Amino acid sequence: MKPSIRNWSIPWLRLGSLILFIAIWQLAAVFVDRQILPGPYQVLLSVIDHLDRGELVFHLLATLARVLISFVLAMALGVALGIVMGRNRNWDAALDGVLILALNLPALVTIILCYLWFGLGEFAAILAVAINKFPVVVVNMREGARAVDQDLLQVAKAFRLDWRKCWFQVYLPQLYPYLLASARSGLALVWKIVLVVELLGRSNGIGFQLGIYFQFFDITSILAYSFAFIAVVMAIEYLLITPLDKRLMGWRPGI
Amino acid sequence: MIEVDVSSKAYRQDHDQSELVVLRDIRFSVEPGQFCCIVGPSGCGKTSLLNMISGLDEDFAGSVRIDGGAPSAGPPPGYMFQSSRLMPWLRVRENVDLVTHAADARENVDELLREIGLEDFVDAYPGQLSGGMRRRVALARAIINEPSLLLLDEPFLSLDTPVANRLRRLLIDVCGRRSSTVLFVTHDLREALYLADRILFISSRPGEIVLDHLVDIPRPRIPEGEDIELLRLELLKTNPQLLSGLVENDENSHQG
Repeated sequence: MKPSIRNWSIPWLRLGSLILFIAIWQLAAVFVDRQILPGPYQVLLSVIDHLDRGELVFHLLATLARVLISFVLAMALGVALGIVMGRNRNWDAALDGVLILALNLPALVTIILCYLWFGLGEFAAILAVAINKFPVVVVNMREGARAVDQDLLQVAKAFRLDWRKCWFQVYLPQLYPYLLASARSGLALVWKIVLVVELLGRSNGIGFQLGIYFQFFDITSILAYSFAFIAVVMAIEYLLITPLDKRLMGWRPGI
Repeated sequence: MIEVDVSSKAYRQDHDQSELVVLRDIRFSVEPGQFCCIVGPSGCGKTSLLNMISGLDEDFAGSVRIDGGAPSAGPPPGYMFQSSRLMPWLRVRENVDLVTHAADARENVDELLREIGLEDFVDAYPGQLSGGMRRRVALARAIINEPSLLLLDEPFLSLDTPVANRLRRLLIDVCGRRSSTVLFVTHDLREALYLADRILFISSRPGEIVLDHLVDIPRPRIPEGEDIELLRLELLKTNPQLLSGLVENDENSHQG
């Protein structure tokens, strides 16, 4: 495909698919009871109404704070352990079993156990989310550390680069694709689990609110809250992660 | 002064755990400032030898001393690997700049890149360059610090002749300026005769030194010149069995 064609068509494809989605939604809403499936316009009005009353922003911020703290925690520890396990066979052998166990532990089990052991508090909530995300990051980063090009490390060694250059200009750039993939999938995973954690044991946040609207059978508000938070996550993706991706991975041809 | 005394270098093979001896009884020393070519067929352990002298490989029987100390204790050598081994995420200038030590090296980097004809590509990524250009960047990276020891592993393989000759002249210039000691691995005898003060011929695996020849052709030499061709034929005639593996390779590379 020629770049000139690709450049102008991609934004239109994105916009077109979005419009198509809303059109199908609207069409479906016409045929179904508005209690069961409210149309996009109704949901938009509901978002504005909730924003107006202020409680949407409050719960949104509560959820966002939990997402960010547990995300950073899981990423930092996961990246560190993943690199160690990717580089060192002994560590890998010793921890591989635990890692598989952690990967297969259902999110609900971790959440319930954390609440039972540490009480229905903020610490238990964030810990439960981080524990769910952590093993996925480890597996991803271990893969990255294993794929590191020994030839390039030899260059660093032959020219006796100091540890800072070696780390930031030779080693770490090889892990950027894995880091970005972890961040992307991590953000999506973390906020979904945060909602469950809030539903089960917190008294604020999107998850808590969704629980209440579930009891009232208020589908419009459930959709309003969901889309409000999806908008926030998309904003993080487009304003933070995509520019970071372009900056770190700009050297790759054809992107 | 480089003193190499290696009784054997072996690799453990993954498939059957047997030992593959690539080098045996390699003993020689290189005077400071000498341009020494190492010529031998592929697979004879030339790259292994460079890795031992650079300090990258310390797993062998014997010793390598540079100015009386271990290779890794001395100043870092300039090393040009067989493949260009540039960092794909760094621009051309940054790739060369990566190995410099001084803070004011940036001007030198730009000047050197101009000298090797890459002034229009300083901000390009290696992925945007041709193979020959990447090799030139790798050469720039090896010589930017004007190291006292320069290791080059078939640096001009598969470059077209004019470019290769231009880079060979540049290499001679740079080495003369700093009177670097050079170890230059190649299997192209003409190239070796054009560049070297001395040529070590290594046999096919396990590699042993079969001939240590001082090249007395006066400088400046002409690439593919008559005196080089005469000496080449004479060497091949006087040592037919020793250089047999080499000739085969040499002719292959000319066909390809």
